[in-house]
Amino acid sequence: MKEQNNDTEPIDNASSDEAASPAGKAASDEAASPAGKAASDEAASPAGKANSGEGPSPAGKTAPDEVSPPGTPPPTTPDPNLQPTEPGQAASGRGEPIIIIKGVCKSFGDHNVLRGVDMYVYKGENLVILGKSGSGKSVLIKCMVGLETPDSGAIEIFGQDISRLSYDELNAMRIRIGFLFQNSALYDSMTVRENLAFPLRQHKKTMTREKIDAISMEMLENVGLADAIDQMPSKLSGGQNKRIGLARTLILRPQIMLYDEPTTGLDTGTAREISELICKMKDKYKISSIIITHDMPCAKLTADRIVMLRDGAVYAEGSYEELERSDDEWIKTFFY
Amino acid sequence: MQRTLNKTFFYNAGDMVAFMARFFKYVFKPPYEIRETLYQCYLVGYKSTFLIGLTGFIMGVVLAIQTRPSMAEFGAISLIPGMVSVSVVREIGPVITAIICAGKIGSRMGAELGSMRVTEQIDAMEVSAINPYRYLVVTRTVATTLMVPLLAIYADIIALYGGYIAMNIHDKTSLQHFFVAAMHHLEFIDVFPAVIKTFFFGWVIGIIGCYKGYNARRGTESVGIAANSAVVASSLAVFIIDLIAAQITDLLS
Repeated sequence: MKEQNNDTEPIDNASSDEAASPAGKAASDEAASPAGKAASDEAASPAGKANSGEGPSPAGKTAPDEVSPPGTPPPTTPDPNLQPTEPGQAASGRGEPIIIIKGVCKSFGDHNVLRGVDMYVYKGENLVILGKSGSGKSVLIKCMVGLETPDSGAIEIFGQDISRLSYDELNAMRIRIGFLFQNSALYDSMTVRENLAFPLRQHKKTMTREKIDAISMEMLENVGLADAIDQMPSKLSGGQNKRIGLARTLILRPQIMLYDEPTTGLDTGTAREISELICKMKDKYKISSIIITHDMPCAKLTADRIVMLRDGAVYAEGSYEELERSDDEWIKTFFY
Repeated sequence: MQRTLNKTFFYNAGDMVAFMARFFKYVFKPPYEIRETLYQCYLVGYKSTFLIGLTGFIMGVVLAIQTRPSMAEFGAISLIPGMVSVSVVREIGPVITAIICAGKIGSRMGAELGSMRVTEQIDAMEVSAINPYRYLVVTRTVATTLMVPLLAIYADIIALYGGYIAMNIHDKTSLQHFFVAAMHHLEFIDVFPAVIKTFFFGWVIGIIGCYKGYNARRGTESVGIAANSAVVASSLAVFIIDLIAAQITDLLS
């Protein structure tokens, strides 16, 4: 089903898209073949062979900071309870995934950043992606919005493979996906009011100035910064800029939010406020989120499920508590 | 090594041509960013009037003062207004205006867009489903294409007035007499190609400034490099276009 550019009503199509989603196919495939996980991984990605879960991986015994040499398959945790899952496995009650990432590989020159990432995000879920710097977290979410193009593999959002979309179709998809940049990326030549009004002016040409102002004010009140509406971004603190960035992203009412290290560079108190804001926005607007972070308090507060990336592939998956209990040396380094 | 350099050169040249071609894809196709284009016209045109006016005035004064001794030697003082007008309108006005715009506007665009690239503001536009090329590049390039010719005409008029002031240092002449004498020596073939080439000057200044900034790499150093290379490349492009324009004008006349 081709996605039409529905600027005026971007928020109400999730159910129909999901109904048409090939995600259902993935789930049924798996139901037909419980042992088919390894097979499907291999089909999706050569690198995915490592995720076949045939007992503890030797790579799992590597020292915490050791990086696998090029050419070797990415490691997975030896802990059987934290093996990466597919839709249907331990996903009862979650419905169908709205984001399906299959065997995504991406390299820059000789550097393989992503080596067969498989991942699923369910509707209304906060998925936290944990990993050390350079593990490919940011590249992965940039692939999801078309800022980077995967070398191989597929990313399906609302049942559409984004690599096969035309530019206009991709833009129609982007309206439904919000992206909060690590440094907020506010337009520094515009005031806060203009920053918030800009996406509305571009996508809702018929909307009156009064209506745009009202929506902007509502969003600013959501993030607790209504009095900053006429400030320039350069006059605001890092935490305030993050909040404004979040308000600007939410103004188009996206169904999926991608947060790129939302608490990096903030003090503990402000980082907690941002984390709470992420939870509040999820509850208020029923948004599915992917949160890239290595800030453990943020992960603890926001995560419904955590996926850990190592050497450009999924190393482990589980809830915060499950991962915290793990004996895996590499996982332990995050929970010191 | 040489092969790699050749490959890089051709890759960059092809990339720039593709970037320029995108301008024609978007410029005639709605939606038009009229508000942003008018704002850029204000920044490019109105904000440059003092600098261009001052430079034009100095050009006219210097030209009149420097040529006076030679003209006096041949007893051709009365030809100074004509000589100033032909020099200014055909060559000096458009080229000096374009070079100043390349320095002032090209560098600003290179630095501004480079900074936006580095701070992910262009990526933020992209993920908000806003076409950054249409909003940033097309508007700026249209603004320079329209404003540089106006600035060049403005510089010509101020330069002629400067020539009139300089001529009055040693000789007495009225403003009306000076301008009538100046216009008497100007022909259509002097004015028309000179105005046409300023549209091309404006276009290359805008598109090259935007190209350098838009394709800046990550890192603050790249902002400086983008601004610097925008000035160098657009100044060079102005001279190349001027050379081509001179050849075409010569053939036509």
